[in-house]
Amino acid sequence: MTTKITALQGQPAKSRSDIWQTLNRLLIGSALPHAILLFYTFLAMFPIVLTIINSFKERKNIFAHPYALPLGNLFSLSGYQLVFNPDRANTGLYLQNSLIVTVSTIVAVILFGAMAAYALSEYQFPGNRWLGLYMSIGIMIPIRLGTVGIIKICTALGLTGTLQSLILIYIAQNLPLAIFILSQFMRDLPRELKDAARVDGASEYHIFFRLVLPLVRPGIASVAVFTMIPTWNDLWFPLILASQEETRTVTLGVQMFTGQFLKDWTALLAALTLAMLPVLIIYALFSRQMIRGLTSGAVKQ
Amino acid sequence: MQQATPHRRKPFPFHIVVFLLPAVVIYTLFMAYPLLDSLRLSFFDQRGPEPVFVGLQNFNELLFGELWAPRFWNALRNNFVFFSIHMLVQNPLALLLATLLTARRLRFRALYRTLIFTPTTLSVVIIGFIWSLILNPTWGIFDSFLQFLGLGDLVQPWLGSEKTALIALSLISVWQWVGLPMILFIAALIGISDELIEAAIVDGASAWEVFWNIKFPLVLPTIGIVAVLTFVGNFNAFDLIYTTQGPQAVPNYATDIMGTLFYRTYYGVQLQPGNPTMGTAIAAATFVVILAGVMFYLFFLQRRLARTEG
Repeated sequence: MTTKITALQGQPAKSRSDIWQTLNRLLIGSALPHAILLFYTFLAMFPIVLTIINSFKERKNIFAHPYALPLGNLFSLSGYQLVFNPDRANTGLYLQNSLIVTVSTIVAVILFGAMAAYALSEYQFPGNRWLGLYMSIGIMIPIRLGTVGIIKICTALGLTGTLQSLILIYIAQNLPLAIFILSQFMRDLPRELKDAARVDGASEYHIFFRLVLPLVRPGIASVAVFTMIPTWNDLWFPLILASQEETRTVTLGVQMFTGQFLKDWTALLAALTLAMLPVLIIYALFSRQMIRGLTSGAVKQ
Repeated sequence: MQQATPHRRKPFPFHIVVFLLPAVVIYTLFMAYPLLDSLRLSFFDQRGPEPVFVGLQNFNELLFGELWAPRFWNALRNNFVFFSIHMLVQNPLALLLATLLTARRLRFRALYRTLIFTPTTLSVVIIGFIWSLILNPTWGIFDSFLQFLGLGDLVQPWLGSEKTALIALSLISVWQWVGLPMILFIAALIGISDELIEAAIVDGASAWEVFWNIKFPLVLPTIGIVAVLTFVGNFNAFDLIYTTQGPQAVPNYATDIMGTLFYRTYYGVQLQPGNPTMGTAIAAATFVVILAGVMFYLFFLQRRLARTEG
């Protein structure tokens, strides 16, 4: 810091008053950035924390002491008792459905996306360019616009009201971005590596699965994160295609479920906390990898 | 079929087909074809037993007809307001946060980043409910905050008032999504070479000058990408409005956007029966708007923004 200021002072011709220097020091110095960041972090977390701490209170205390921690005689599980009543909500089933849909989607998107990305980036074949363009249009065009057509196709294939329809739709939705990200990573791999393997007699499949895939792990992590969040949190397709009890996802379940509890704040807050829990836990455990995945995917773009 | 390598006589490269097939088939069946089919259906009327070709009639009614036009233009206008607020609030905020988070020396950097990004991981449904509770006058959380700031006069049912509901919802959406452009900006800012910045500082540049003359121009392409992604995302929005205001976008359609209009039209509501082909017309109109935005980006912005690079 001192060397910088000496360097500044040694400069000729720059008309800079001392006021500016003090301002600069304030900006670069730790006070203001931390203040802003602290303020926004508080803004970001406050609603979430507020919900969680109030879910453990009785109704009257939610209103009387909203900011207090649910300790001592403020603590109450009445909301949770209402929520766990099996007559009112089948949370376990919803969770299972969401897991099945999300995990299947992620695996399929990674596998099919990597395969397609590899074919597009590795091999010259007529129509390569057009196919790449065709696949990447999906990045910009939201899949929901074709909902009526999707309903028709699902009806024709006998897939209405199934988890499979959701999975296939989410795969289609996430493939374009996955292919885009993965082909960026794959293009960076040296050609010699793959050619050497070919000379050694390795099959293309072997090269793909054993050589290329492990090398694009950051890209795969990125795709996993980009796919997981919108798939788990989607409301539209579960609402339109799979709203019956057996195939309901957590997100839809929360939406319908909380509708019942609008009068009952304890249950409402408990339901919301429970709905947040899986994502918050996974996020807490994997946030480092997740954000790194997002950043590396973004850097490649 | 062109050979993959000219050095050996190779049989038909089945592996290329194998690699491409699953992705292309699923994408075509569930994304490309349905989209085209939906667009095709918008030229039909299917209120009778068989779809009847009606040309541009649906669009005529949608844009100019007494029944549909007010709803359509209202939804379109609201969607643009929704988008404007995101552009004016979300993206500068994301840039600010990203700039602060990529400063050279910052303690707790990872912690800030993780916490700030948390809302983005949660579903819109949860976010919508939580905020409607916070804004609820009965609980008074937001209202007591206003009173604390001495702005007690401004207390009103934010989500229930026609004047404020859309803006309130836009800001809630900004609150949720700011993490995403923030991450993109962080990635872009990390990519700026340190030497460039060092050289400028040695030359006597202030932090402000470093930002405007070096970082900002190099981040402009990312700003462009963020802008077009925001545009597409906003015109695809539905979940938040549906969750907090219901499919009829109370109060009095003040929060109606293209997504809720489409949903309501397709499924019908109360006295109005569902009209699938009019629904596809709305989807087609949304498609045109989104396409226009993307084209604008691709043909005007992208080149301009790239030119200022370096």
